[in-house]
Amino acid sequence: MIDPKEPKYSKSHEWVRYDGDDVVIGISDYAQESLGDLVFVNLPEVDDELTVGEALGDVESVKAVSDIISPVSGKVTEINEALLDSPEMINEDPYDAWFVKVTDVQETEDLLSADEYDEFVKEEEA
Amino acid sequence: MKLIFERSVPGRGQDIFPECDVDIRLPETPLREEAPKLPEISENEMGRHYTQLAKEARGVNDGFYPLGSCTMKHNPRINEAMASLPGFTNVHPLQPADTVKGCTEAIDTLRNILCEITGMDDMTFQPAAGAHGEFTGLLLIKAYHKSRGDEGRTEIIVPDSAHGTNPASAAMAGYKVVEIKSNDHGTIDMDDLKAHLGPQTAGLMLTNPNTVGLFDENIMEITRLVHEAGGLCYYDGANLNAVIGMVRPGDIGFDVIHLNLHKTFSTPHGGGGPGSGPCGCKDFLAKFLPGKRVIDGEYTQAPESIGCVTGFYGNFLVMVRALTYLLFNGSDGVPELAKNAVLNANYMQEKLKDLYPVAYDTTCMHEFVMSLESIHKEKNVSALDVAKALLDFGIHPPTMYFPLIVDEALMVEPTETESREVLDNAIAAFRAIYKKIIESPESVAASPVTTPIKRLDEVGAARHPILKYDFSGEKAE
Amino acid sequence: MGTYIPNTKEEQLKMLHEIGYKDFDDLFKHIPEEARFKGTLNFPKGKSECEVSAIVSGMADDNKVFHKIFRGAGAYNHYVPATVNAIANKEEFLTAYTPYQAEISQGILQSIFEYQTMICELTGMDISNASLYDGASAAAEACAMTHDRKHSTIYISHAVDHRVREVVDTYSFGRNTKVVVVPEVDGETDLKALKEMLEGDPSAACFLMQYPNFNGIVEDADQIASIVHGAGAQLIMSVNPIALGLLKTPGEIGADIVCGEGQPLGLGLGYGGPYLGILACTKKNMRKIIGRLVGETTDSQGERGFVLTLQAREQHIRRDKASSNVCSNQAQCALKASIYLATVGPNGLKQAATLCTSKAHYLAEQLEKAGLKLTYDKEFFHEFVTDCPDSGKLLAALEEKGILGGLPLEDGRILWCATELCTKEDMDEVAATVKEVF
Repeated sequence: MIDPKEPKYSKSHEWVRYDGDDVVIGISDYAQESLGDLVFVNLPEVDDELTVGEALGDVESVKAVSDIISPVSGKVTEINEALLDSPEMINEDPYDAWFVKVTDVQETEDLLSADEYDEFVKEEEA
Repeated sequence: MKLIFERSVPGRGQDIFPECDVDIRLPETPLREEAPKLPEISENEMGRHYTQLAKEARGVNDGFYPLGSCTMKHNPRINEAMASLPGFTNVHPLQPADTVKGCTEAIDTLRNILCEITGMDDMTFQPAAGAHGEFTGLLLIKAYHKSRGDEGRTEIIVPDSAHGTNPASAAMAGYKVVEIKSNDHGTIDMDDLKAHLGPQTAGLMLTNPNTVGLFDENIMEITRLVHEAGGLCYYDGANLNAVIGMVRPGDIGFDVIHLNLHKTFSTPHGGGGPGSGPCGCKDFLAKFLPGKRVIDGEYTQAPESIGCVTGFYGNFLVMVRALTYLLFNGSDGVPELAKNAVLNANYMQEKLKDLYPVAYDTTCMHEFVMSLESIHKEKNVSALDVAKALLDFGIHPPTMYFPLIVDEALMVEPTETESREVLDNAIAAFRAIYKKIIESPESVAASPVTTPIKRLDEVGAARHPILKYDFSGEKAE
Repeated sequence: MGTYIPNTKEEQLKMLHEIGYKDFDDLFKHIPEEARFKGTLNFPKGKSECEVSAIVSGMADDNKVFHKIFRGAGAYNHYVPATVNAIANKEEFLTAYTPYQAEISQGILQSIFEYQTMICELTGMDISNASLYDGASAAAEACAMTHDRKHSTIYISHAVDHRVREVVDTYSFGRNTKVVVVPEVDGETDLKALKEMLEGDPSAACFLMQYPNFNGIVEDADQIASIVHGAGAQLIMSVNPIALGLLKTPGEIGADIVCGEGQPLGLGLGYGGPYLGILACTKKNMRKIIGRLVGETTDSQGERGFVLTLQAREQHIRRDKASSNVCSNQAQCALKASIYLATVGPNGLKQAATLCTSKAHYLAEQLEKAGLKLTYDKEFFHEFVTDCPDSGKLLAALEEKGILGGLPLEDGRILWCATELCTKEDMDEVAATVKEVF
């Protein structure tokens, strides 16, 4: 179980956790809640170069598809293949259901702390 | 109900083919090891299977079908009779041109009439559906710019209210899609259009009336601006039923169009196809048209043709149906289609808008869009719930959640072939549902209750797809 | 004029008044004056059904209908069992829209699910879509399915029907992808060239072959599969569904994607359409397949039911990022194909295939005896090519006798086809005509 307070957040609702020099990326509880039941994820391939602010993949619900925006630039070292077969893991535990691990992180967008992110979500909802 | 495979019994079957009157001789190549598990079933049992399936299908002939954007008008029987004539059904597409004079005449007559209706100069019938016609039209635009060495035109402008096929077709034709905003009136935001026009503009795709059922009053200015920027104007004929005989796309600045014979021209939808999506154009684009046709007794292809989008000449038997329909209605009957389609839509809109707010409160064209946003917020009853509640009244629901620019949208298109009583009955159903929304919203959310199947688990279907029957008798995981 | 508008002029006017419009002009007054069409449409006024029937029937009568057909080349003259049209033309099927409202569309949805299953059985693939426009457009979409960032070049055998190749080319003009034609030698794909071309190109996405090919030859698909896979590309097989009643299936061969023209499955000739595009693939390609899919699920009370599924691939959700703009299927044609396959069953399909190929071999023998040389000495299914000293003269002589001979090709050659509808007597007549003419 990962504490949602631990990671940092992007304004496009991804979470970012540091693992040494590398980062792990997933989507926030708020994101999965608003997307509804997810039925599939499209992930990048290992060794793909990610660019900050660009889509690294997308998530599908029954009637919608939403891009996952990369909060960092860097190279993908690992993808969570379990999500391909069981996208429901994202709805069940979004902080455990990581999407990608990234190394050679060149650039990171200004990330929010968990408290700042909560605040941001509240503002957005209002 | 049972699948046809579950009705199959080994050894049963139907006798269709004769004994072989020559020596049996098979190719000396590897043959399949196992026979395909096709049904083994008597004609009687098979007939009943499909009759039961038919009872669980719903066509226009079953009742009111006000599915916005789909023009579910009556499909005349004479169309079917004409399309079943052996003189058409038994003609091989590669017969010599002098043996297909009737097909040629049918196609030419239909082309002339449709060009006259749309103000276009030429037309191909190769595209098999509306989206296919869009793709074809965009390739004409692409070929045109290419032929002029004007290859910096890489963008197609599409309003945010457009059908999903527009951006998808543009992307398939290799274009970058630029989405422009709708204004408060539901039509094109002229400033946003101007801001996006430039030397990179290949063209604009527009549905007019648009997907919220409104005629864009700036249309002449819009097409002028696009042309000034060097782009071409594409008319998506999905909503032609609203203006047929009243407005001709070719007169208001459009260079290329597609039509949906299965919407405006009464050919049946067949549960999802076959349709027909002819693509018409102005003279200067005709040299790029795809496919072959018989001209002066010879099969001929346009000189700088983009090629072909289907194997032969398009869905010919669908074209025969549309031709029959047009000969029947005639030049005098065609404008009546639009008039009555628009009347019926406004009649329903006017009699419902006190309870169901319309997205844009003005005279609509052949369809109108209600927004259930406030009902959803206040009563937690969604557009989906109301749609499902209509099923219990024997009415096919309107189009839901489209266009995307309207929240909780229900899009209603009655068509001209519905009588006043049918409209009154539907209005009464909508009003009765509203009463239920106020009195017991949870009962609306629980509908439908009268259909053979209740609401289905779409999430489960998409997460763990089962896309064919499992003969082992065990369910897939 | 004829009309299907039920409301009388008086009723229309009354409705207009009720909602606050004086007349139709008033209802349309928001359309700018300069956009209005003010002329009269220049085509004949409406007519009664009786008159229309006479006019259109007259057109049908102006065609020549051949009762003895030896021409195929993408459209095949097979027997259409009486069940097919009787059932498929039921108005509930005919006049229904796409089954978006699953609760009242189980009949359509289930029939598509059954179709998908039958196509999987026929081809040996894991997944079939709900059908596409026709065989040629299905081939073009099949090729597009194999594109990814690293693989974009389409290889296609010259022995694929040129109509299919032309559609693949046209789609590629749109998608800005490269198409390379692999030459044919002795009527079939040049395997040596294929190997060299694919191995020299890391961007090769796929190889499209036809099975049996345009010349009727059943190519060595096993060897082709090993060459294509060895080069890291995908194998697409464009198939004739009747031939699959006998031939080793694409599934057994290891094809990745199958496309094909479903017209032989009970659709008739119909001057080229509507036909049926078959598209099927392995499980690996499930997320890449284009077009509608119907899936099994359960309703809120646990009953089995069917829905359109994996829709997030499609244009109405993914818009410009969708892999195709397809938003329909040829549902009624797919229904006809299902009814055809259910009517003939596994034995009937094999019988049809056996009749076709046996008769084609008989015809080839008789034509050879009559003096026409077979162009290729290869195994064929129900089509084959002969040389001919003067194909125009022979075909004209056959036409005189009400026979549609084979399709004239370049260099005076003829592509012949026999189906179960060709009798020994008819074939003997063709051979006799050859003797008469030359």
